[in-house]
Amino acid sequence: MVKPIIQVENFRKIYGDVVAVADISFSLQQGEIFGLLGPNGAGKTTTLECLEGLRIPTSGRLLVAGIDPSSEPGKLHNLIGVQLQSGALPESITPEEAIKFFCAYHDVVPRFDLLTRLGLGEKRKSQFFSLSAGQQRRLMLALAIAHRPQVVFLDEPTAGLDVATRVELHNLIRELKNRGTTVILATHDMAEAEELSDRVAILLRGKVVTIGSPLEITATGAGLTKISVRTEQGCLLPDGSSNLPAVTQYLVKDEYSIYFSTSIGATLAAIIEGLAAHGDSLIDLRVERPTLEDRFLELTIEGEDL
Amino acid sequence: MNAFITHFSFDFLTGIRNRQSLLMNYLFPLGFYLVMGLIMTEIFPLYKEMLIPGLVSFSVLATSLLGIPDPLVTAREKGIFRNYRINGVPSLSILMVPALTTLVHLVIVMLMISITAPAFFDALGPTNWFNFLIVFILVAWACIGLSVLIGVISPSSRMTILCSQVIFLPSMLVGGLTIPHSMLPEIARKFALLLPATHAMNAFNGLAMGKLPDFSPWGSVVVLAFGGLIAFGLALYLFSWDSQNSTRRGHPLMVLLALVPYLAGMFLL
Repeated sequence: MVKPIIQVENFRKIYGDVVAVADISFSLQQGEIFGLLGPNGAGKTTTLECLEGLRIPTSGRLLVAGIDPSSEPGKLHNLIGVQLQSGALPESITPEEAIKFFCAYHDVVPRFDLLTRLGLGEKRKSQFFSLSAGQQRRLMLALAIAHRPQVVFLDEPTAGLDVATRVELHNLIRELKNRGTTVILATHDMAEAEELSDRVAILLRGKVVTIGSPLEITATGAGLTKISVRTEQGCLLPDGSSNLPAVTQYLVKDEYSIYFSTSIGATLAAIIEGLAAHGDSLIDLRVERPTLEDRFLELTIEGEDL
Repeated sequence: MNAFITHFSFDFLTGIRNRQSLLMNYLFPLGFYLVMGLIMTEIFPLYKEMLIPGLVSFSVLATSLLGIPDPLVTAREKGIFRNYRINGVPSLSILMVPALTTLVHLVIVMLMISITAPAFFDALGPTNWFNFLIVFILVAWACIGLSVLIGVISPSSRMTILCSQVIFLPSMLVGGLTIPHSMLPEIARKFALLLPATHAMNAFNGLAMGKLPDFSPWGSVVVLAFGGLIAFGLALYLFSWDSQNSTRRGHPLMVLLALVPYLAGMFLL
C-alpha cells in the first residue's frame, strides 16, 4: 500500500480552556484533493496551521511528506505551498518582486508566467496595496504554487474572486492534481468543494463528523430529492395536491410547487397523473438530488443538538 | 545568499518608494539639517562645531527609532511574517535586512550632511574621517539594534511609538545633540549617560572632531558596541513570528538587559 503523504493521528489542539480540535484522524494520498469543511470556529484553520508548522499540536501525530511539521518546520518549506487565510505581503512589493523574492528563498527560477495565468500580467509592477482584494488573493495563490510544492494548502482560495477567475483557479487546482500535487482546500463554498474534492471531511466543534467522497456523504443523508414543478394552469398549487406519495414536505414559491420526496419515481408518476387528470400541461420540471450543502446543513443542525 | 540579496534590494527600494519610509529615511533628517543649519548657526555660533556630529547622530536616531520598529510590528500583526516563515525566510533575514538597508540610507544621509555642512553653514568638519566613519557605524549599530528590539517586543503600533519616544525625546533634550553635554546640570549629565546619543556625541568629539570629550571616548565606543550587540542578540532571541500565537521565547522584560551597557557606562564613565 502506498504511504500517505499526509497523516493526522489523534490530533488535538487546545487554546487555554478551549478545545479547538479534538482527537481527529485522517490521511491523504498523493495527488488527492481534500476538502476541509465546517462552520467558523470548527477547527479548519487550526488543523491547517498545525500541518503547515505554524502552530504546535497539543497532542497527536502529524506527518507531511514524512516530516513532523512541529519538530522540523525548516525541512517543510520547499515541500509545501500555502495560501494563508490571513496572509499578507509588504504594502509596496509588486507581484513581480514577490514572485522573485519567494522563489529566491525556495531556490527556484521565478515563475512569472503564473502572473499572466492568474490575470495579474498587467499588474505585475503595481504595488501590493493598490491591488484589489481578489488580485491580492490571486497573487498569494501564485506564490503558494510557484515553487511546485508536493502539498498545497489553500484556505478560502476563492473568497472575493469573480466568476471567471474562480473558473481559472479551479482549472489550476485540477492541473496541480494531474501533476501529482496534493491539495487541501479549506472552504465555506460547498459547491466548490463538491466540484473539486476527491474526498471531504466535515468538521464540527473540532471533530470530524463525516469523511468521504462528496457522493458518499450526500448519500448518507436523509436523501430527500427536491422536485420543482410549474404548470400552465397551476393545477398542482395549494389544494391541487400536497398529499402526493413519498412527499415529506411541500411548499409553493414563485408559482412553483416544490416537493421533497423520498422516492422520485413514485412522486413523479403521481405528478404526471395529476396533470393528465386536470388537463394541465408542464412548463418546467426540475429534479435536484441533495447537494453537499444540504448534507452539510443537516449535519450542522444535528451537531447543534450534540 | 541570492535570496538575501533579493530581499535586501527589495527592502532598499521600499525605503525610497514608500512615502513614509522616504520621509523617515531622507526628508525628515535632511529637512531638520537644513532648518538647524540655517537657524542654530545664526543664533548660537558655537553650534557650527557640533552641527555635523549632532545632525548625523540625530539622523541615525530619527531614521532608526522612528522608521524601523513600526514596519516590523505591522508586518507581524498583518501576518506577513507567517507568510515568510512558511516560505523559508529566516528570522535573521527579517531582522538584519531592514537593519542593513537603514544603514545604507543613513550612510547616504551622513555623507550629504558631512560634505555639504562645511560649505553651506561653515560647520566644523571631521579631523579624522576614518574615526568618524567608525564612530558613525557604531552609533548606527547601537541605535538600529535598539530599534529592531523595540519592533520585536512591542505588542502594537501605539506601544511602538511610546517605546521609541522614550529614547528619542530625551536624546533630543539632553543627549548633547543641541546643547553640549558639559552645559547640562549635574543630574541631567548623569541621566544622559543612559542615552546612545550622549555616547555618540562624546565619541565623535573625542575621536573624530578634534575636540575635548566630556569623558572617555573609548568608553563610549565600548558602550555603543555592546549596546548594539546585546540589543540585536535579544531581538533575535525574543523574535516572534505571529502576534496571535501565545507561545513565544523568553519574557518581554528581558528587554531591560539592553540597558546594561548604558547603566555600566553611567557608573564607570
